[in-house]
Amino acid sequence: MLKVDRLSAWYGEARALREVSIQIDEGEIVTLVGRNGAGKTTLLRCLMGLHGGSYGNSYGKTSGTVSFLDADITRLGPHRRARRGLGYVPDDRGVYATLSVEENLLLPPAVGPDPWPMERVYETFPLLRERRRFPGTRLSGGEQQMLALARVLRTGARLLLCDEPTEGLSPLIVQQIGDILREVKSAGVTVLLIEQNVHFAATVADRHYLLAEGRIVESMDNEEVRAREHELLEYLGI
Amino acid sequence: MLQQAFNGLVGGAFYALLALGLAVIFGMLNVVNFAHGACYMLGAFGAFVLLDSFGVNFWVALGLVPVVLGLAGVVVERLFIRRLTPLDPLYNFLFTFGLALILQDLVKRQYGVQSQPYPRPSQLTGSINLGLFEYPAYQVFVLVTSLVLCGGVWLVLTRTRVGMIVRAATERPELTRALGIDVARWVTPVFGFGIALAGFAGVLAAPMRAVNPLMGADLIITVFAVVVIGGLGSVFGSVTAGFLIGLVSALGNYYAPALSQTLVFILMAVVLLWRPAGLFGRPEEVL
Repeated sequence: MLKVDRLSAWYGEARALREVSIQIDEGEIVTLVGRNGAGKTTLLRCLMGLHGGSYGNSYGKTSGTVSFLDADITRLGPHRRARRGLGYVPDDRGVYATLSVEENLLLPPAVGPDPWPMERVYETFPLLRERRRFPGTRLSGGEQQMLALARVLRTGARLLLCDEPTEGLSPLIVQQIGDILREVKSAGVTVLLIEQNVHFAATVADRHYLLAEGRIVESMDNEEVRAREHELLEYLGI
Repeated sequence: MLQQAFNGLVGGAFYALLALGLAVIFGMLNVVNFAHGACYMLGAFGAFVLLDSFGVNFWVALGLVPVVLGLAGVVVERLFIRRLTPLDPLYNFLFTFGLALILQDLVKRQYGVQSQPYPRPSQLTGSINLGLFEYPAYQVFVLVTSLVLCGGVWLVLTRTRVGMIVRAATERPELTRALGIDVARWVTPVFGFGIALAGFAGVLAAPMRAVNPLMGADLIITVFAVVVIGGLGSVFGSVTAGFLIGLVSALGNYYAPALSQTLVFILMAVVLLWRPAGLFGRPEEVL
């Protein structure tokens, strides 16, 4: 479904990604694990078309190719990628303060063959229905994360790019996010997830890539992650 | 006193229309349009030239001039501002500032610095009894029109999908693109609309203010103070601050004429000390 071939990215002279090649198949949940500064967020931004090009700031450069659903999207701007079915959940959740909760949900245009009706969004996220008239940023951190997820799910996006959705949230909310991810996976949605919590990652994902200094250094399955959990946690410095 | 307050609100109507255009342009493009005052001046001159050379009346000018200026704004955005946007913001500051000087001097060269006469439309020459005092009908018309226009823009911004997109793109342009919205497509019409508003204010000003090449430059400094007081990029703040400043400077003019020029800036300093993001602005987010 998503194929990244020798993707490199620079911030000015500094190289943030070095020939990253990954592949994600339809219906998979794949995590990106790595220390801070390893290039995880940069990789997601490159996939979304937010790094370099005519968008973003002028010193961000990239090379390599990205294809999605068998089409080369390397040269497409962010909004074109979103319209092909990439759903972006940024690291700061990206909830708009000047939009109500409901407007936050309705802002992105429906993209996939199977967008969610609002009724389904509110059934899956009942809290959002209660607070739909609130300004987006009046929600708690966990609720904002739910809103950011619900927003891209509603569009019918085929591949979610989630930048550390569990960061700084209580175990109960992390568990809820896990439930939702498993639920959308069973509905056929594919997810690429940045995750530092390797224990949580092993409970929701199928495979894991370890990113270090801008390179993919390892690809692991769940058993490997479980077996090496302590080693990984130590490496990640958690 | 009440009459002074009313004068203030009428003056504020112009500040509000100009500040509204500046605010939407700044919000959407991140460009401070120094040429906004020149566009207001061109609006007034447009009405004057239409009447003087072609016999076109005020009402037609009120519709035609903003449209023409708005289209000219679209061309300027496409040809210049869009190309300068990826560079340092200073380039667009310099560009719009230079453009203002060029426009001003072109008009000055043609018509000189003296004020041109522009009669009130015949339907609005009398005065209206407002209960407590008589007030010129034209001024009442200006105030009502400005309020309706600002209210209309407010409704569009808060109640429509276009308004939602403008708000989203103002708050987080990059994220809005990543959510599937072609922000670049909305930038040009928003710029054109802001310019059209300035032109509209200019036509409105023609029958009651001196029509001369410097009329915009004189006004725009106060309008910048209005935008800063209201909160940079805040539409609601700009309009409210526009009327507020109109009121303050009219009352200042009445009670302390010596202070009236500086009063606006004293107010700005006080507001900034109290709320650095302006009355209705949100503090800049830390990246």
